Amino acid sequence: MSVLVFVELDEGTLKASSLEAVYYGSKVAEKLNTSVTAIALGEASQDALAQAGRFGAQKVLHASNAQLNEGNTVAYASAVAEAANQEGSTVIVLAKSSLGDAMAARLAGKLKAGLAANVIDLPDLSNGFRVKRSIYTGKAFAYTELTADKKILAIKKNTLTPEESDATAPVETFQPTLNEADFGTIKVTNVEKATGDVLLPEADLVVSAGRGLKGPENWGIVEDLAQALGAATACSKPVSDLDWRPHHEHVGQTGIKVSPNLYIACGISGAIQHLAGVNSSKVIVVINKDPEAPFFKSADYGIVGDVFDVLPRLTKAVKEGV
Amino acid sequence: MKILVCVTSVPDTTTKITFTDNNTKLNKAGVQFITGPYDDYALSRAVELKEQTGGTVTVLNVGEADAEPVIRKCLAIGADDAIRVNADPTDAYFVAEQIAAIAKENQYDLIMMGRETIDYNGGQVHGIVGEMLGIPSISPVMKLAISGNTAQITREIEGGKEELEANLPLVLGCQEPIADWKIPNMRGIMSARTKPLKVVEPTGTDKLTQVASYELPAPRGACKMIPADEAETLIKLLRTEAKVL
Ligand SMILES: Cc1cc2nc3c(=O)[nH]c(=O)nc-3n(C[C@H](O)[C@H](O)[C@H](O)COP(=O)(O)OP(=O)(O)OC[C@H]3O[C@@H](n4cnc5c(N)ncnc54)[C@H](O)[C@@H]3O)c2cc1C
Repeated sequence: MSVLVFVELDEGTLKASSLEAVYYGSKVAEKLNTSVTAIALGEASQDALAQAGRFGAQKVLHASNAQLNEGNTVAYASAVAEAANQEGSTVIVLAKSSLGDAMAARLAGKLKAGLAANVIDLPDLSNGFRVKRSIYTGKAFAYTELTADKKILAIKKNTLTPEESDATAPVETFQPTLNEADFGTIKVTNVEKATGDVLLPEADLVVSAGRGLKGPENWGIVEDLAQALGAATACSKPVSDLDWRPHHEHVGQTGIKVSPNLYIACGISGAIQHLAGVNSSKVIVVINKDPEAPFFKSADYGIVGDVFDVLPRLTKAVKEGV
Repeated sequence: MKILVCVTSVPDTTTKITFTDNNTKLNKAGVQFITGPYDDYALSRAVELKEQTGGTVTVLNVGEADAEPVIRKCLAIGADDAIRVNADPTDAYFVAEQIAAIAKENQYDLIMMGRETIDYNGGQVHGIVGEMLGIPSISPVMKLAISGNTAQITREIEGGKEELEANLPLVLGCQEPIADWKIPNMRGIMSARTKPLKVVEPTGTDKLTQVASYELPAPRGACKMIPADEAETLIKLLRTEAKVL
């Protein structure tokens, strides 16, 4: 028995969500009285891999094959399943993400593992193996019993606050069996990715705006505040439907689900479908000129005011360090 | 082209969720059930592809009898026939097993479904089905075109999108804006009544997870209002009181 954590590399470092997964995995291992191993696929520096040790991994498996630099989910799942078998891992932990989701599913199919997605707390082992997960897009929780021998947990951001130590973990080379056929199945022909910005699913701070901004030409005041705070930007569904903002910024029931420390909603009414995707944020701030906007009912701090007046003042206050 | 579209029957997006029986069951009283919004996108694109290139669209639901109105609506939108696997769809692996079993019997070129259900939000079934069938699974798909045996796909990734090419057969988890939702018309609704809806019993009973109980989130405390002309105070409070900056 052991715990295996799949970590994602992002341009040479481990993704913040993966470091949280490692920390989570180390806590699960403590509870199970067993060890925790992290596995990284693709080329990575020793510095990057050492991060896993500092967040709780006792050993790091590294498959440095260049073929694995791109997140090919079929090949990745095979490699991680092989590592799980080698390590005798009964619990596999990964962070919810585009790649993490795909991996969790293919691994569950391969290993016939019970799988819980959107896990938001450590497992309760007092009576079987039970996890709390977020369901109905954050409108409820389910305590789910994992009855299979093998268990996969896909954890949501901000499940635990990871703590970094100065522990080190040995890095071992891992050589998975690579099936050439797996690499020809999907050909990536083009990638468009926002650069330099804080990516929304990973962000601790989010400034989000809705139809109250009136048009895409007004987004400067949203971006200014986000930039001053080091936050990611997001939007409501009509805003992405109208093409004012790209689809990957749309949060809510049918968009991205976020759980940052701070969510600032500007000119968003707070429809139930919007709330559903953001209500697990730690602190919610609502700025709306309508005092009756439903969003105020779900907020921690509220300002009844015009975004065109309030946002620039907030930006100025942040910059002046009030 | 033979397309299988897997759909879920889920509470309407505006539903306030509550539970009964000592928090062990969803309270279905007064809840309107709809096709999963993401599944609607998959179905709409499948019907468009059929209209363009011919072929068939079969709708598949793993669910109990109360899901049939949702299945009939899918037939009214343009699916040719439907299969219901008569079981309570509580575990992703179990549901995937049912879909894979039907797919093995019928050799579909495409298996499409929503990127996730809006009740359990697992987003896993397409991937497990792909693994069980030994074919690629791609999600979330925002654009899909087919030429010959090849699919051209645009997929959302964190902070952007990725264009891909893959050979059929494929399993796809779909989302907007892959197609506009279709609303059934009168003729569709009439013809849906006579389209075949086959009910089959599940194969295997491998449920690997099971919900023990449910819980509602604790309500947030009262909202602290800050006068607009003192907006700057907000930043101070976020630093000193909420400690999130
Ligand atoms: C199946 C389904 C799924 C959906 N999924 C989602 C989803 O995932 N995410 C989502 O966001 N929505 C979703 N919706 C849509 C949702 O119901 C709402 O329509 C949407 O959230 C409203 O967006 P909004 O608040 O930006 O716009 P509006 O409802 O138009 O609200 C604009 C707000 O801005 C305020 N305002 C206007 N001018 C100013 C100003 N100058 N200063 C300050 N405030 C101002 C107004 O008072 C108002 O409250 C979904 C709907 C359906 C049917």
